[in-house]
Amino acid sequence: MTWSELSDLLLVGLQETAWMVGVSTVLTAIGGLLLGVLLVLTAPGGLLAAPVVSSVLGFVVNVARSLPFIILLVAVIPFTRAVVGTTIGTDAAIVPLTIGAIPFFARIVEAALREVPPDVVAAATAMGATRTQIVGKVLLREARPGLVAGLTITVIALVGYSAMAGVVGGGGLGDLAIRYGYQRFETEVMVATVVVLVVFVQLIQMAGDVLVRRLSHK
Amino acid sequence: MIEIKGLRKTYGAKGRRDPQVVAVDGVDLSVGEGDVFGVLGRSGAGKSTLLRCVNMLERPDAGTVSVGGVELTTLNGRRLRAARHGIGMIHQHFALLSSRTVAGNVAFALEVTGVPRAERRTRVAELLDLVGLSERAGAYPGQLSGGQKQRVGIARALAARPKVLLSDEATSALDPETTDSILRLLLDLNRRLGLTILLITHEMTVVKRICRSAAVMRDGRFVESGAVTDLLHRPESELARDLFPLDPFAELPGQTVVDVSVSGEDADIPLLTEVARTLDVDVRVLSGSVETLAAGRAGRWRLAVPGDGAAVIHHLRSRGAVVAVAEASS
Ligand SMILES: Nc1ncnc2c1ncn2[C@@H]1O[C@H](COP(=O)(O)OP(=O)(O)OP(=O)(O)O)[C@@H](O)[C@H]1O
Ligand SMILES: [Mg+2]
Repeated sequence: MTWSELSDLLLVGLQETAWMVGVSTVLTAIGGLLLGVLLVLTAPGGLLAAPVVSSVLGFVVNVARSLPFIILLVAVIPFTRAVVGTTIGTDAAIVPLTIGAIPFFARIVEAALREVPPDVVAAATAMGATRTQIVGKVLLREARPGLVAGLTITVIALVGYSAMAGVVGGGGLGDLAIRYGYQRFETEVMVATVVVLVVFVQLIQMAGDVLVRRLSHK
Repeated sequence: MIEIKGLRKTYGAKGRRDPQVVAVDGVDLSVGEGDVFGVLGRSGAGKSTLLRCVNMLERPDAGTVSVGGVELTTLNGRRLRAARHGIGMIHQHFALLSSRTVAGNVAFALEVTGVPRAERRTRVAELLDLVGLSERAGAYPGQLSGGQKQRVGIARALAARPKVLLSDEATSALDPETTDSILRLLLDLNRRLGLTILLITHEMTVVKRICRSAAVMRDGRFVESGAVTDLLHRPESELARDLFPLDPFAELPGQTVVDVSVSGEDADIPLLTEVARTLDVDVRVLSGSVETLAAGRAGRWRLAVPGDGAAVIHHLRSRGAVVAVAEASS
C-alpha cells in the first residue's frame, strides 16, 4: 500500500469517526444535560423532589449503564432501523453511541451539579429566584467547568465506542483498523490508525482542558 | 418589622428511625423597625434554623412569621418570591457565584428581582459604591479577600432595596480588623437606610459594636431577650456575664461584694468616688469596666464594700445603678 493510499484511507476513516463522534456528542450533550438536571431536581430534597420519578430514572440509567456496549449495539438494531432506515454506516452507528453515552454523561452532569455549594443555591432562593433561574443561572452556570470536563471524558469515551461500532459496519477509524490491520494483517495500517486515534484523543483532551481553565475562576 | 410567634421547627423525617431534632422550640421574637437584633448561642442552639425560617428557606412546623406586616408562612410561589425581595440575607461563607464577577454577582440579584437591563448597570455601580468596592467590579470572587467577598454579599443583599437584612455569622470567617470594617458598614447602612437587621453571631464584639437588642438562645429556645441595656441590668443575665465578665472571688471577711451595673448617662457620673466621699467608706473595684456599646454607654463592676454594704447599695441605687449582692465562689 502506498503512502497516498494509506493517507486517503486514514482521511476517510477520520472523517467518519469525527462525524459519528461529533453528532453523537451534540445529541448526548443535550440528552445528558436534560437527564442529569432531572436527576438532580427530582432527588430527595431537590427543587422538584419526586421520589418515584427519581428512583425510576435512576434505575433506567443504571440498567443502561450496566449493559456492555457491544450488547447495546446489537440490542438497539431494530430501533436504529426504525429511526435511520438502515443498520449499517456511520449514521446508523450514531444511534447506539448516543443511547450508550446519554446515561453516562447524565451521571457526570448529576455529579457536577451536586458540586455547586448548597449555600449558593440557598442564597439565590433567598433572593427570590425562580426554579428556572436557579437551574439556568446558578446550577448549570456554576457547574460549567465540571460539565465541560465531563463532556471531554464523554467525547473520548465516544471515540472508543465508535471504534467498536465499526465492528457492525459503522465505518470510521476503528473499522479501518479491524478490516486492514486485523483481518488482512496490514500492520502499518493498524499502527497508523492507532497513531491518528492517539493524536485525535490528545487534541480533544487539550481543547477540553483549555476550555475548563478559561471557565473556572476559583 | 419582624414578628415571630411560637416558632417551631423539627428535623428528622417522618417514618425514619433517626431521632427527631427539635431545632427551634417555640420562639417568640419581635424586631422593631430600624433595630439591630443579635441572636447569640452555642453551636447547635438552633440559630441558623431560626434565621432560615424568617425567609422560609426552612418551613416552620408551627408558629407564624411576619415581615413588614406580611405573614410569610402561608405564602407560596410568586407571592413568596416577591416577599423575599424585601428581605436581604448575608451568609457566613459569602455564597457568591464563582462564575460571575463582582458586578455580575450584584447584577444577578437585580436580574432575579426583575430590574430591567438598562437600569442594572447604574444600580450595580451605585451598590458597589455603597459598599466601597467600585474598583473591584471586574474581579472574580476567587480573587477577593474575605472582607471584600462579604462586601459583595452585602451589596447583593441590598439590590432589591430590602427593609430587612438577615445575617448568619457574617463576620465569623473574618479577622478582627475586617470584622470591624464590615460591622461599621452594617451600622452605617442601618442608620442611612433605616435597615432593620436580624443577625446571628457568637462574637461578643458584634453585639457590642452594633446590636441594640439581643437574645440568648439555648436548645431551640430564647433564655433571655430584650434591649441590650435592659439585659445588662439583670444580675442573672448570660449576656451581661459575657459582655462584662466579672472575676470570681473568695469570701472577704467583714466585707460585702456587690455587682453594680450602669447604663446611659449614669455610666459616666463619677459614681464610685462620689459614694466613697459621701459615705466616707473605701470601695474597692475587684473587676469590671465601662464601655461604649452600640446600645449606649454601659458598665459593670464587682465591688468590695465594708460591712453589710447597705448604705452603699442604697446610695448606688439612688443614682440609677442596679446592684446585687454577689456570692463568693467556693
Ligand atoms: N437540615 C437539617 N437536617 C437535620 N438536622 C438539622 C438540619 N439543620 C440543622 N439541624 C439540627 O438542628 C439543630 C440546630 O441547628 P442550627 O444549624 O440551627 O444550629 P446553630 O445554632 O446555627 O449552630 P452553629 O452555631 O453551629 O451554626 C442542630 O442539632 C442540627 O443538628
Ligand atoms: Mg448556624
